[in-house]
Amino acid sequence: MYAVNIEPHVVGPKGSVLENLIDVDEHYVAEMRDRALVLAEDPLRCQSLPHMTLAGWDLLELLMEQQALGYPEHFTLTRDGDKWRWINRPLGIDDSFTFGDVSTLPYGPMEYITRQSQGDFCILDQRDGNLWMDAGMVTTQADWSLDFDIGMNFFEWHAPVPLAHEKGIFTRALKFLTNIQQGKPARRLNWTMTINPRLDTSPENYHKWGPDRATVTPENVGDKVHLRVELQSFWRLPRSNGIVFPIRCYLIKMDELVTQPKWARRLHRVIRDLPEELANYKGLTRYRATLVEWLSKLDNGSPTSPGFGPD
Amino acid sequence: MAAKSIISRPVYGTLSPQPGKHHLFVADAEGALAITDLAAKAPDGFFADAHIIFIPGNEGQHVAALEALKPAQLYQGPSFASALPRLKQTLANAHMGLRLYLAGTEGLIGQAMQVALEAGIDHTSIQTEHRGSLARRVQCVHCKGITENVTTQPATCSHCGLLLLVRDHYSRRLAAFQGVCINAEDRSEIPPTEEIFR
Repeated sequence: MYAVNIEPHVVGPKGSVLENLIDVDEHYVAEMRDRALVLAEDPLRCQSLPHMTLAGWDLLELLMEQQALGYPEHFTLTRDGDKWRWINRPLGIDDSFTFGDVSTLPYGPMEYITRQSQGDFCILDQRDGNLWMDAGMVTTQADWSLDFDIGMNFFEWHAPVPLAHEKGIFTRALKFLTNIQQGKPARRLNWTMTINPRLDTSPENYHKWGPDRATVTPENVGDKVHLRVELQSFWRLPRSNGIVFPIRCYLIKMDELVTQPKWARRLHRVIRDLPEELANYKGLTRYRATLVEWLSKLDNGSPTSPGFGPD
Repeated sequence: MAAKSIISRPVYGTLSPQPGKHHLFVADAEGALAITDLAAKAPDGFFADAHIIFIPGNEGQHVAALEALKPAQLYQGPSFASALPRLKQTLANAHMGLRLYLAGTEGLIGQAMQVALEAGIDHTSIQTEHRGSLARRVQCVHCKGITENVTTQPATCSHCGLLLLVRDHYSRRLAAFQGVCINAEDRSEIPPTEEIFR
């Protein structure tokens, strides 16, 4: 039901989402526009408790370095001591600022750089043997609220997750995360499903996107139902000793997913056999039967090869 | 006593006298009885360094019992909001050695703790005891409005009117349980309302 699927976050095959440790893809400009719209409507999606500013600078450095390293044609970072210049060509940004001086940027450092980076970002403060959700930029989330959870510790913000506490998963995960070392990031995948290719499935807007779940029919499953995979990575921040936890969301519609017969067979079995608590938690209940029925026609019962790559 | 729940839901204990130079109590209604129970276990002279902020509520009971403890300061006020400036000033002027005790309804404990957290007091150092109503303070995740004294499941948001599932998920920072629209997927589904937080 749950697997400990944590592995070192190292560069993967060319052309894959792991080609660079911070992935920038063809949706970059659109996702950044989407983020700006969400923030205009609800600025509480981006919050940073007062002691987290230094961690924000750590994150700014990390994301500028990684994006410039992976995509030099799009991003350029030049540094002369604490005088930095950042060029972001896709968004038309060319800013010079003093690293560490918030008055030289139009936003706080975390907000500034995460308005220019795909994925949600949580910055965790490490103290008292625990991790505290003390800052974040969260506009593309799977139904959790930063505004409600900010300031909580690792166990508290995961409190609503069913069955995992009893299995000791969070105790083990916390032990792992509090020992993450600088320069040795780790990653895991998480998943749920989303109706329509919508990034902002926040609880704040649940009354707006929730009705979509009632629109799934046998005829439109392939187009409407999306597998949502989160690539979560974990990085130690050098000055603040915090952990940054990017949550990058990828959506694929069923019609596209089933172009790989192995994926169709496996997803059928996963959705069919998922414990009810998890199906409820992931919000699948209303359309689960319709989806399983649709996928079952693509499952001939043959085994699937190990790993998540296509055959 | 509240039933076993998820980890973010607060757990309350029993007030007991703590070593300290000053003792600040914040209580409402039956919370006064937690203070008088503590008094039975307290060393002589304990209340000579005590400040009690008490909101008796509609019943107006228990004031005499608190007076009998002869605290250095006893305040009674009509609401938590009316006591707030005094509580904030007391915490702002406090020194090392102040101990904080909260007793009464969850709403009172939560809101007093929220003020204490803002003043830099660690929540694990605060003594709490739940007495009286289980009514909840609920934040609507959609409009962010707080509805006080929620006793039903589901409950109607007093601000935006959505019908809310009252979760056990609790934020100390907001001093509130989370309310999420219970029929967001199909507004025509109206589950029965039960009074369960009494």
